[in-house]
Amino acid sequence: MKKRYLVLENGSVYEGESFGSDTDVMAELVFNTGMSGYQESITDLSYRGEMIVFTYPLIGNYGINRDDFESLRPAASAIIVHELARRPSNWRKMMSLGEWAERTNMPGITGVDTRELTRELRDNGVMKAAIVSEVTDGIIDDIKNFEPSKDMVINATTKTQYQNPTDGVSIALIDFGLKNSILRSLAKRGVNVMVFPANVDAETILAANPDGILLSNGPGNPQDAAYAIPTIQTLQEKLPLMGICLGHQLFAIANGAKTYKLKFGHRGFNHAVRHLSKERLDFTSQNHGYAVDRDSLSQTSLVVTHEEINDHTVEGVRLKNHHAFSVQFHPDAAPGPHDAEYLFDDFLNMVADSKKETTQNA
Amino acid sequence: MPKRSDIKKILVIGSGPIIIGQAAEFDYSGTQAALSLKEEGYYVILVNSNPATIMTDAEIADKVYIEPLSISFIERILRKERPDAILPTLGGQTGLNMAKDLSEAGILDDLNIELLGTKLSAIEEAEDREEFKSLMERLDEPVPESRIATTLSEALDFADTHGYPVIVRPAYTLGGTGGGIAETHAELIEIATNGLDLSPVTQVLIERSIAGYKEIEFEVMRDAHDNALVVASMENFDPVGIHTGDSIVTAPVQTLSDREVQMMRDAALKIIRALKIEGGVNIQMALDPESYKYYIIEVNPRVSRSSALASKATGYPIAKMAAKIAVGLTLDEIINPVTGTTKAEFEPALDYVVFKIPRWPFDKFATADRHLGTQMKATGEVMAIGRNMEEALLKAVRSLEIGAIGLDDITFDEMSNEELLQALMPARDDRLFMIADLLRRGVTIETIHDKTLIDEFFLDKLLHIIEIEKALAQHVGEIDYLTYAKKNGFADETIANIWQQTTADVRALRKRSKILPVYKMVDTVAAEFESQTPYYYATYERENESKKSDKKSVIVLGSGPIRIGQGVEFDYATVHAVKAIQRAGYEAIIMNSNPETVSTDFSISDKLYFEPLTLEDVLNVVDLEQPIGIVVQFGGQTAINLAQPLVENGVHILGTTVEDLNRAEDREAFDQVIKQLQLPQPLGRTATTVEGALAAAQEVGYPVLIRPSYVLGGRAMEIVASDDELKDYMQRAVKVSNDHPVLIDSYLVGQEAEVDVLSDGHTAVIPGIMEHIERAGVHSGDSMSVYPPQYLSQKVQDEMTQAAISLAQAMHTVGLMNVQFVIHENTAYVIEVNPRASRTVPFISKVTHLPLAQLATRVMLGEKLADMGFETGLVPADDMVHVKAPIFSFTKLPDVDSLLGPEMKSTGEVMGSDTTLPKALYKAFVASNIKVPEYGNVLFTVADDDKDEALILAKRFSDLGFALFATSGTGAYFESQDMSVEILDKISESNNNSVEALRLQKLQVVINTTQADDRAESDGRLIRNAAIENAVPLFTALDTVNAFLDVLESRSFTVNEMK
Repeated sequence: MKKRYLVLENGSVYEGESFGSDTDVMAELVFNTGMSGYQESITDLSYRGEMIVFTYPLIGNYGINRDDFESLRPAASAIIVHELARRPSNWRKMMSLGEWAERTNMPGITGVDTRELTRELRDNGVMKAAIVSEVTDGIIDDIKNFEPSKDMVINATTKTQYQNPTDGVSIALIDFGLKNSILRSLAKRGVNVMVFPANVDAETILAANPDGILLSNGPGNPQDAAYAIPTIQTLQEKLPLMGICLGHQLFAIANGAKTYKLKFGHRGFNHAVRHLSKERLDFTSQNHGYAVDRDSLSQTSLVVTHEEINDHTVEGVRLKNHHAFSVQFHPDAAPGPHDAEYLFDDFLNMVADSKKETTQNA
Repeated sequence: MPKRSDIKKILVIGSGPIIIGQAAEFDYSGTQAALSLKEEGYYVILVNSNPATIMTDAEIADKVYIEPLSISFIERILRKERPDAILPTLGGQTGLNMAKDLSEAGILDDLNIELLGTKLSAIEEAEDREEFKSLMERLDEPVPESRIATTLSEALDFADTHGYPVIVRPAYTLGGTGGGIAETHAELIEIATNGLDLSPVTQVLIERSIAGYKEIEFEVMRDAHDNALVVASMENFDPVGIHTGDSIVTAPVQTLSDREVQMMRDAALKIIRALKIEGGVNIQMALDPESYKYYIIEVNPRVSRSSALASKATGYPIAKMAAKIAVGLTLDEIINPVTGTTKAEFEPALDYVVFKIPRWPFDKFATADRHLGTQMKATGEVMAIGRNMEEALLKAVRSLEIGAIGLDDITFDEMSNEELLQALMPARDDRLFMIADLLRRGVTIETIHDKTLIDEFFLDKLLHIIEIEKALAQHVGEIDYLTYAKKNGFADETIANIWQQTTADVRALRKRSKILPVYKMVDTVAAEFESQTPYYYATYERENESKKSDKKSVIVLGSGPIRIGQGVEFDYATVHAVKAIQRAGYEAIIMNSNPETVSTDFSISDKLYFEPLTLEDVLNVVDLEQPIGIVVQFGGQTAINLAQPLVENGVHILGTTVEDLNRAEDREAFDQVIKQLQLPQPLGRTATTVEGALAAAQEVGYPVLIRPSYVLGGRAMEIVASDDELKDYMQRAVKVSNDHPVLIDSYLVGQEAEVDVLSDGHTAVIPGIMEHIERAGVHSGDSMSVYPPQYLSQKVQDEMTQAAISLAQAMHTVGLMNVQFVIHENTAYVIEVNPRASRTVPFISKVTHLPLAQLATRVMLGEKLADMGFETGLVPADDMVHVKAPIFSFTKLPDVDSLLGPEMKSTGEVMGSDTTLPKALYKAFVASNIKVPEYGNVLFTVADDDKDEALILAKRFSDLGFALFATSGTGAYFESQDMSVEILDKISESNNNSVEALRLQKLQVVINTTQADDRAESDGRLIRNAAIENAVPLFTALDTVNAFLDVLESRSFTVNEMK
């Protein structure tokens, strides 16, 4: 197999073997601690512009199947694994991860001491990196000078509006790079989902006459999607709203909060989050590099509803006097635990209550 | 919720003696629990009948009772100590049953004692088959359909409704005898008819078979706040059909997609919440390999063997957390002790692969049925950690100590492909090697999968290993292939064998080429957070995380998996050595491969290397740590066997030198020592051929005790009385050669006794003499042992003391030594010397209050016994009497003959202590679960040579009011001696036979001895099995009966007619 090199901006070099595409690639390097769910993670559009290091050493064990895509193509720029399974086995398997990487032109590197790499990222924070076939003299400078795209959301979002029609309650879902699992969670509840592109304006949405608004997850720095702020500000005044992940960050910014970049983010699903008022703990599926700054909330109408139990980062906020809340983690799971799935029910109950109020007031 | 302040005193119940299915893991969990509760400021009282445990050490709890785990004794302790609460869920099934019994007897209500943790009602719901079934129905969680059938037509009806195959499980038969899987109507008729016939209550359970499903286990925790989490998910290599304790297991699950993992996690959390468990639970599930369909197989509402494995596999200390939860703490209040910064409310993320292989006793029990099924047969297990499955698997294989370093060390050359394929099902213990051999011969993964339903993912890992074997053979000496093999777990020795080089050559090449292992940390969080745990495993990658500290260090080698002859006693000694090393100011490093033990709890030592105990693996750690020395005396034969090769590699062994260790184990050298010291010793010879053995036996005189050299636990040791028997033995039991001679000793009839000696080379201290109840001929590990001696004359005691002291001095013992004697015609003959800690160390340490292993370690580190206040000689005993009694697991191994002999058969031990011998014996019997009847019927069926002696014993039973029963020969003799006896027929003759009488509960005691060539032996065996099956006390040594009668007599008043 062809030798490939993972080069970090601090000069570290990891040698491994190529799989998938042999093209050189440059992106931000992040690690994910989930022991299962690589297919979901790789196709999670929030990983746009990122290369994923899997901390679990055996990746690809159950192959790639038809049902577990979060989007149809790899979202991650590349993946780094310790060992790629050569003979996956599972009743749903269509092909191996290696075959799929090849078909979809995703670069991959295997045979890396991923634990050493993870420790390096933990200690130094996320870094920019490249996977190359040859370590050239200028490569470190190239990596340092590399600027991640600011259009990641625009590149990830749907180009046109579409619908999954049902006779249920109507939810307008703004797609910042949404995971299919959000659609599945809504479909399971019979919701009539109308999906809008990220740069949609409030009027377009209101014209569709939805019962509630859902802001999806998505990649990159929330500041790069600032165009969505006015839309959110308008909509939250009129309709019940829920935000997930990037949608949470945008909702917070729309209400005056600030976001910051975490040292190495939360990517995995073994972190517990505390629901402050319900006194319950949930294991949550997480994939975020940015977080809402708790101190910045004091000037806003937002209150913290959820926090991570170890580093106490803000994991959820609610708007006082409005039917609007958001969470940093994924209640839609995939991959990861279903513990927080109840939030969709909370949201739909909120929508129903709000409809009742509107009818009564009318 | 903060911890409870309304309770102060807590009783922790241990799990009693080690038996198959309940082993060292409960010493680990009990010890953790006790320490954890003490850490929270509670006053902890501990009770256990097993002296060979860390948990019964004075420093683990505030108060320790080594008493029988029976209602009456625990009640006494409760009345005396008045604890506020009992923690029952950490002592295995024994602890749990005890709590249930105490509650049902009203004792807990009476004394106002609370049961901590999971409520009894929840335990009932999980354990009672019917309640469990209805709970699962309520939760909408599927369980395999089943029904109880008392007639054949009921059984057939069930199968007609639910389809074939079905599993038939007869109620109350030994080891599930008579059960099986029926694929067809005809098979069901046969199996069910047989099962109904064999079941004493004419009852079988018919269950829909899910054999072949993937077997998945989840270890789950919950606190009183309803926080619940999954500590570990595990996937069995062996599909459903083999008891999980007998299954090869990997962690985490390997072949399940996240969708399947989360589906099963949801089910697990739903169940633990519905049961309102406060603590840990093990949930076993079966998953259809072709769909999302799954079944809940079993829920264990307590810590278990699997939770010990999960704790070691993830680093998450389940028992410790469970104890804290039991006193009211919640998971988000408890700190994860591994990271020291994050909360216990998290689900461990592994960045390595764990492989567990059970250790079976079939090397000792050659006649046992090696097939695996629903009855667990393993005595222990090994675990190995690697960065890929091949590495973890091969490390686990060489941890087993079954004579295999690699998969190529056990082959089946005499079997054809077809035969070998057939042998895969039903599985035997060596199936892993069979599969490897088939793959080596080119049989495809698909063929093997079709036969076994083992997942192709796992089979491919084996195939990969075989491919590397073959590639190595074609690329001798090539560095790339060497590197690749090392990354996939190959031992130097395996590579050397393939390359036809020496292991030293390969090692040297590897070191020259800088192919060296690195050590990675087990940190529960996949490196996401910095951790403090000094828990490491080796792998071949880039970064080494284990750094040698500035402190001088000592490595202690553990004893590997638990097996017959090498049990938890050695773990006890290992842990004590660590404490002594730390107190002496050194860093203590443990190497061990057994996940069940206290020694592999990372909080015990300064550093834990979870590694195989082979020369290569030990040398690798030595290269990194550069210790001042290695302690080998506490790791049983495992560690002792490494002493010589370690020294040859320049490693310093602490304590007795290798030359002196060898002098004890080498027959000729040892004879020299004995001669020099002029000690009495049974006449003995060594032979390297069959002819030599016959000549030696003639010279020594029959009967002779014969065994191979270098043994532990009396393996393949027999007493033979004639040339024919000797020839038979030589063919059957040993492969004799110049390197492996057999030892032939005169078999002296007499009492056995033994001493442990603590020596620094000058001062030799005998902490106590242990006198055996059974005479020579029964393995010392299977004998009841009494301290201090009750019947030995002063002359004999003096002889033993003197002999042991002079042996210790002559052999320059630094540390411990064990000397065994036979007392023949009031003279003490030396029969065996073990130059290391023996299995009696925990017992003698506890009864003499001398922490022998710790003292021995201090001596090895250079301290002098004289400076510690000891002088040469026997330490005087106090006025208590202590009895150590062996515990057997015959109910789990129906094909193993329960007859005691020179081969060790016991799996564990209990202790009874009191002011008189009969009282201490009584406790030992009760603790051994032997019912001590007040009256009833006694069956005698004894060998001709024993009849006179049996008559005396029978007379004593008769005087106590017991009625005598006997088989024909024994009965005729009793009648000829004017004893009134009811004679039972031979089993083939009529239904009025002993086996039927046992089934009908007509007999309360069975006494059976046999001669080696006894023609009636087949009946004897059936009678012994029936006694075990029906839980009737069975004695196969008349000395034990004598002791039993002492107890009965001491408990009864005499009734004498007036004369």
